[in-house]
Amino acid sequence: MYDFKYQQANSQDEAVSAQSSAEDGSFLAGGMTLIPTLKQRLAQPSDLVDLSAINDLVGVSEEGDSVTIGSMTTHASVASSEIVNSKIPALAALAGNIGDPQVRNRGTIGGSIANNDPAADYPAGCVALNATIITNTRKISADDFFTGLFETALEDGELITAVTFPIPDRAAYAKFPNPASRYAIVGVMVAQTGGETRAAVTGASDSGVFRSTDIENALGDTLDASAAKAVSISSDGLNNDIHASSEYRAHLVSIMASRAATAAG
Amino acid sequence: MTETNIGAPVKRVEDKRFLTGRGRYTDDLNQPNQLYASILRSPHAHANLKKVDVSQAKAAPGVIDIFTGSDMAADEVGSLPCGWQIHSKDGSPMNEPGHPPMAVSKVRHVGDQVAIVIAETKSQARDAMEQIAVDYEVLPAAVNMDEALSGKALVHDDVPNNMCFDWEIGDKEATENSFSDAHKVVSIELINNRLIPNAMEPRAAVAQFDPSSGNYTLHTTTQNPHVIRLLMGAFVLQIPEHKLRIISHDVGGGFGSKIFHYAEEAILTWASAKVSQPIKWTAERSESFVTDAHGRDHETKADLALDKDGKFLGLRVSTKANIGAYLSTFGSSVPTYLYGTLLAGVYKTPAIYCEVKTVFTNTVPVDAYRGAGRPECTYLLERLVDKAAKETGIDPVEIRRINMIQPDQFPYQTPVALQYDVGDYPKAFETALKASDYEGFSSRREKSEGNGKKRGIGISTYIEACGIAPSAVAGALGARAGLYESAQVRVHPTGSVTLYTGTHNHGQGHETTFAQIVSDTLGIAFDQVEVSHGDTGEVQFGMGTYGSRSLAVGGPAVLKACNKIIDKAKKIAAHILEASEADIDFKDGVFSVSGTDRELAFGEVSLAAYVPHNYPIEELEPGLDENAFYDPLNFSFPAGCHICEVEIDPETGEVEVTDFTAVDDIGRVINPMIVEGQVQGGVAQGIGQALMEGCVYDKEGQLLTGSYMDYTMPRADNLPNLNVSTESVLGASNPLEVKGVGEVGSIGAPPAVINAILDALSSLGVEDISMPASPSKVWQAIHNA
Repeated sequence: MYDFKYQQANSQDEAVSAQSSAEDGSFLAGGMTLIPTLKQRLAQPSDLVDLSAINDLVGVSEEGDSVTIGSMTTHASVASSEIVNSKIPALAALAGNIGDPQVRNRGTIGGSIANNDPAADYPAGCVALNATIITNTRKISADDFFTGLFETALEDGELITAVTFPIPDRAAYAKFPNPASRYAIVGVMVAQTGGETRAAVTGASDSGVFRSTDIENALGDTLDASAAKAVSISSDGLNNDIHASSEYRAHLVSIMASRAATAAG
Repeated sequence: MTETNIGAPVKRVEDKRFLTGRGRYTDDLNQPNQLYASILRSPHAHANLKKVDVSQAKAAPGVIDIFTGSDMAADEVGSLPCGWQIHSKDGSPMNEPGHPPMAVSKVRHVGDQVAIVIAETKSQARDAMEQIAVDYEVLPAAVNMDEALSGKALVHDDVPNNMCFDWEIGDKEATENSFSDAHKVVSIELINNRLIPNAMEPRAAVAQFDPSSGNYTLHTTTQNPHVIRLLMGAFVLQIPEHKLRIISHDVGGGFGSKIFHYAEEAILTWASAKVSQPIKWTAERSESFVTDAHGRDHETKADLALDKDGKFLGLRVSTKANIGAYLSTFGSSVPTYLYGTLLAGVYKTPAIYCEVKTVFTNTVPVDAYRGAGRPECTYLLERLVDKAAKETGIDPVEIRRINMIQPDQFPYQTPVALQYDVGDYPKAFETALKASDYEGFSSRREKSEGNGKKRGIGISTYIEACGIAPSAVAGALGARAGLYESAQVRVHPTGSVTLYTGTHNHGQGHETTFAQIVSDTLGIAFDQVEVSHGDTGEVQFGMGTYGSRSLAVGGPAVLKACNKIIDKAKKIAAHILEASEADIDFKDGVFSVSGTDRELAFGEVSLAAYVPHNYPIEELEPGLDENAFYDPLNFSFPAGCHICEVEIDPETGEVEVTDFTAVDDIGRVINPMIVEGQVQGGVAQGIGQALMEGCVYDKEGQLLTGSYMDYTMPRADNLPNLNVSTESVLGASNPLEVKGVGEVGSIGAPPAVINAILDALSSLGVEDISMPASPSKVWQAIHNA
């Protein structure tokens, strides 16, 4: 990797000011994407601002009908959180199946969604659960947050501090992993919250997570799994690579949606 | 003491240091004043090197020097040699174009060496490397074999149509005749997928030139230090053996990929003299993907002739084998003598003919990878036998029974050169059928079908030739080296022993297995034996470890050296005990006079050898230290039967291996625990080839599977518990009666897996699937059927 200046921030304010005063500063959360990118010399930030010492970015809390997860909370902590397991077990299961144990113990929810890898799991969870992404300056709905391939609504220097998830009536995530990387070839989160049914798809599209209205309409109020399976998804705009053709991905969207619906019960 | 004797499951003594981080791997080693190297590699599959401008990079901080292929050529550095010469059908020798350690005028694959940067730190070397300006004139690349054979793009300008050689084996006429007599001909076309080896430890080297003595020392991650010394010393750098020491201590896995003499070894050794300082280079994982020799990569058409009863009459095979951009050390032997000679398998097929066209392409060189030729052969045969079963309506079990060589037919001369020494193929086969509950499959299938899944069972039988010896036979077939093995048993004065073996331990457990042989043979405690390997400065000679040869060829050398020790020790004991040598019995480490209670312990005799006060000094030299070389009479022939059961989710194409049974005849078992581990590891690699691993190049010759994001390695959760057992007939070709076990798993497993998948999907009309049978490919096959 190229040389960079390393700074550890002790507060949100310190982090934001360190990043903004740097020539080309980058926040460092779990580093599960950023560090390999640096090692391959594919990025050359002037400064890395490490967020790991900012205590108020870590933790899970429940308030009313929602669960809030601090942005620096690791996947392993989400997966083992009592609150998440009792209120949104689908999200705990999603987090518990990201990467491998090493990744789950370093990688964070904030880092994952800020990166918005088109095959990451959390974006599907955020969109289907209608989460709100909280930053140091504002609140952004998940629908508006994920704007494209590795693109988000975040402004330069904007720091994700937490993600708030409304507690769903029922939800489940079904993922078909890439055999090599184990990222999602297709992952579908199905959730029903306050009467609204949502189905968010990751891995399939070259522009990242999306809601499938065809699937949502088929699922309806009853989360009809067989109706979801019968939906014919168009392969237009879906990824086509050595691991899966766009037709295969289109097929898997229906299958995974149907399996998620069954699991959601 | 029996718990450490031959046959006992002794825990591996080397594991403690591996598991506690105390192994001595090449990258762990640091020399005083050591420099670091980065190697600039071609980003293009095929290009003329118009200009390599290192001037700016040379001025970068910390840079000591930078060298290119032209610098090596100016020093008359030789070409990396190929260790096996093959002749084409017409008698002409194979095309052997030059293989300069660093490219001189042309780069021939992505990853080809262009320049070496030597700097004070690793990052300085890496930083400076980016400042080298290379003017490439990009040329069209020959990537797949058909394209290459058309000759439009020539990898080597002096090799027409990119054909390295066009080889044949077997009786063509007799085979053609068998087809005219046939009741039925079954044909198949298949691809043996190209694999990228992935040892846990990437390749590394530390080279050191000592200006005071003129001696060179190279620490390198190799499976055969003496062979590297010979090849690099004699052919590339012109350094005689006594001035060159190769050391390869602990190596974190090889699987064949560390057999070969690699360019970096020569580049570093040469450069260490240029800068008169030690230099270290360690491959990054992405470098490993584009420089470690790849494996397999065959395209084959074959026909099997059968009579009306399902008996095999003849086999005709035509294979194209990708050899990559250059001939790697053993690249030419893999698709020929390690492949075509095994085409009889365990069957009585009377006439076999095989031709192999070997093709240069703008890809990484292809060479031996666990199994080397034998997995390709077995995959072809067992897919073809299953297809024959289907097309004739004979049960897959029955068609194998009908054609199998019977135990009373040994020695069995095959129509493709080899003579099988001994075996009982039906025994392993029937044992495997029982162990896998083959009979009970239909009820398991019913249960799976009830859950919406498709279930299949697949059989594979195999035979392989291990040891890659005797030397005379290998030499007649084109090997440019002897293939014996050596051992030195050094008994120390108080009776402990250091064994020096010319084989190399990079995960096989030699330090345990060989110590068991010595301890059992000499009757001394297991912990009184130390096994030393991997250093040409310590070990007398050796041909290294590959082709499952260590125990089959190296083991008898150990036994032979031990027996020389016993012979000499008996003479010493006879003198001290004042008896005739003929009256000395040796048992459990004690020399006694037959019929008396007069005896000497092993340690008393060894002490007498080194403190020869009362000693037959006129007839016998002092000391107890014996050397032995062993060249076997024949290959050894492990064989067996693997049975795989899969459950497939037809909605996603996902294949789950639910059960895997391996019954292997590997001759005498020295350590059953190590044997079980070897089979498990090999089967994991075989399942990996069948379901997951596949190297993909795009049409420009860029490697698309250049990292673990895209190249699928098998993981523990992809595998079921493996039902592994042995059903051995003692080997007849060596005095230890062993056969070899390192490769049986990767040989037997792939066709068992694919046959199981085709069995599962046959009710859906799927007739073919290629490896790796990824979920996407399986779904596509179901979708298209």
